Amino acid sequence: MNDGDTSQSNGAGAAALLAAGAGCLALGVFALAGDALPWANKLFSIWKPSGALSGVSLAATIVWLGAWFVAARRWSGREVRLAPIVCLAFALLVGGLFLTFPPFMDLLQGK
Amino acid sequence: MELTYRDVVTVLHGMGFGALFMLAFSGAIGVIYATAIGSGSWPATRRHERIFRFYLISMAALAWLTVLSGTYLVYPWYRAKPPPGVIDLAAYPRALLISNPMTAGWHDLGMEWKEHIAWITPIIMTMVAYVFINYGPKLALHRSMRRAVLGFTAAAFLATGVAGAFGAMLNKVAPVRGGADVLAIRYAHHE
Repeated sequence: MNDGDTSQSNGAGAAALLAAGAGCLALGVFALAGDALPWANKLFSIWKPSGALSGVSLAATIVWLGAWFVAARRWSGREVRLAPIVCLAFALLVGGLFLTFPPFMDLLQGK
Repeated sequence: MELTYRDVVTVLHGMGFGALFMLAFSGAIGVIYATAIGSGSWPATRRHERIFRFYLISMAALAWLTVLSGTYLVYPWYRAKPPPGVIDLAAYPRALLISNPMTAGWHDLGMEWKEHIAWITPIIMTMVAYVFINYGPKLALHRSMRRAVLGFTAAAFLATGVAGAFGAMLNKVAPVRGGADVLAIRYAHHE
């Protein structure tokens, strides 16, 4: 929409971008939960040898694919305002990157 | 010249999948940037387009193979708990690292960061491959999307750099070793 005359709608790409951001944030949130909450750590330990990492990564993958499916159904074949979606996708990505950083995790937990 | 089974799997995870993926980054960023050349569309032939699609799909596949082999093959060996009474912790890298305050940071910061941030990369690279397959040369017409894809690719590069650098360091400080011996190369010793 902001890019002038485009011969293919931007909806499918916007859905993929936003879902990737959502997946990254979900990874960070689940990693923090697994670190901070004993019950979440137990819940995420779906494969004992890998511990909580197995469930954290699986849950984040499910959130990413689920968000992609929902967003693609709504936006595929449509023109959407890309700027706010890109801003949101980057905010989610940066949030995810921070939440995977152990000193930031510790700060949030007051350690 | 022998390696242990765990050495072989760790090398496959880090050098076979991870490093190959890292090497491919410069090519991916270069071609994504190349879509910015020209005012209209990406000046590539259909063959070039097919090759680049294959290239990005291979990168996404390598990223998935790296995190899956790391999470389900190498990491369980790394975090294995030593049985009570074991004094030599060489076969238990996590326990070895946290047993000494001088090395505990390698686990608390290095491994804790690496194990999570690495998973961002396959998510992003799958998205990047999808966007390129879906739009192809027409991505040149969607400038905001192209810039966003480049930004996400840079974030994946950062994530891979962190995971790769800490992986290499951790394997120096507390290597994951053990299992059956595997003959890597036969080479006669000469006095």
